[in-house]
Amino acid sequence: MTKRIVVLGGGTGGTLTANRLRLALGESVEITVVDRDDDHLYQPGLLFVPFGLAEPGELVRSRPRQLRHGIAYHRSGIDHVDIARDRVHLDDGTVLGYDVLVVATGARLLPEETEGLTGAGWRETVFTFYDLPGATALTSALAGFDGGRLVVNVVDLPIKCPVAPLEFCFLADWYFRERGIRDEVELSYVTPLDGAFTKPVAARTLGGLLADKGVELVTEFNTGQVDGNGGRLVSFDEREVPFDLAVVVPLHAGAAYVGRSAGLGDEFDFVPTDERTLQSKAHPNVFVIGDAAAIPTSKAGSVTHFEGEVLTRNILRFLNDRPLDASFDGHTNCFIESGFGKALLIDFNYDTEPLPGHFPAGIGMPLLKESRLNHLGKLMFAWLYWHSLLPGRDLPGLTSEMPRAGKKFPTISTGG
Amino acid sequence: MPTTSYAGTDVTVNEDGFFVDPAQWREEMAPEIAREAGIDTLTEQHWQVIKFMRQEYADNGTGPTVRALGKTSGVSVKELYRLFPKGPAKLAAKIAGIPKPHGCI
Repeated sequence: MTKRIVVLGGGTGGTLTANRLRLALGESVEITVVDRDDDHLYQPGLLFVPFGLAEPGELVRSRPRQLRHGIAYHRSGIDHVDIARDRVHLDDGTVLGYDVLVVATGARLLPEETEGLTGAGWRETVFTFYDLPGATALTSALAGFDGGRLVVNVVDLPIKCPVAPLEFCFLADWYFRERGIRDEVELSYVTPLDGAFTKPVAARTLGGLLADKGVELVTEFNTGQVDGNGGRLVSFDEREVPFDLAVVVPLHAGAAYVGRSAGLGDEFDFVPTDERTLQSKAHPNVFVIGDAAAIPTSKAGSVTHFEGEVLTRNILRFLNDRPLDASFDGHTNCFIESGFGKALLIDFNYDTEPLPGHFPAGIGMPLLKESRLNHLGKLMFAWLYWHSLLPGRDLPGLTSEMPRAGKKFPTISTGG
Repeated sequence: MPTTSYAGTDVTVNEDGFFVDPAQWREEMAPEIAREAGIDTLTEQHWQVIKFMRQEYADNGTGPTVRALGKTSGVSVKELYRLFPKGPAKLAAKIAGIPKPHGCI
């Protein structure tokens, strides 16, 4: 009998998984992708919109048109998954049975969970660039900003693309210099972390870059309230950061239907998942890819891409009653735009933090260091995303497993 | 690893004062750890959080973040900051004798 695979979510993870499965299995399986709309957003492009470096319309394409021929696309919201009965209940009343379910519904933004964030000043002096309407609205706010305090704030982790708020600071420095008013603008980066980034070596480099660009770093700030009228962020321990314009990355959670699906998600609607096999902990025939998974990786497109290879292999093994491949290593690869046509590149996994060196081997793109080559890499990536990554092709030089060659590992000291 | 003494028993802690082995912890040690951290009296609400931290650690192998605590412990984030000023997740973990919670990535 033909096996049925239902993929929830037609974003990066859902699209590349469906396409890879179709390539591997042809017509021997029925693949259905479900999403609530037809707008596939190239999320890495959001960062560039406020600075006029990307047009909102260029970032969105049709979801079903990114799917290979023979994959069904069902447009509807999802009500819940009945994991005990292998069924998905959709908002339009359809019930889809499955042999394998892939959860690829990403993360959702919860600005309303922070006191005051969506109150006075929302989309006037308080913005987010983490969705398209927000990024678009911020474009005109930045264009009209002639001086004062611009504060970039991460409310709490996890967030999608943890380097994006830093990139926003770097680009803001560039943007105001280009406009000749950098001296009139005070820039601050306000984070709940104890440094610029989670991993120590990269935190030092990125913290240094913030200092070089004159961006104040405020650490261990847990935002309890955004006071749009008073123009201040207030932390839970009652510290205050004043602003004229605030760019806030709101709290994230998984998709709402996860919370309505008994036994599927955690308290934040992310899905507990084996970090090596990508099989959910909820049920053996439920697999998870991308931001939807509660695993200790960054929520980033590169992670999703690298997961795709292992996930596809494991779904094939699962359908053939073979043991799963526990080989996903947490590989993450991020370009960090630093302004003035330059970017840094970081490459890491569960065990290795971002280190200096070159990628993918001794000769290649410089790691953890600004260069024009990395900036070009970031720009080229948009093309690769639509034409190679989503269709499920392997990208040359970008392997699922993190390359060790080219990285400068610290000398391990033995004994004390 | 440094050794320190609570309730008359030697325990191993890391350089930030977090227990290395949660099995060494006893309830009677909590008030002493709390006093060192500037909390003079442990109220019933403090204990609710401390016990929750112990349970979470037993279940998941790591202490919860502040946000998770606010969502699942029955004590709101605001209240958590009143009980454990500065950093509730870290401070409550220290008093509960479990390792420092892993940050997110």
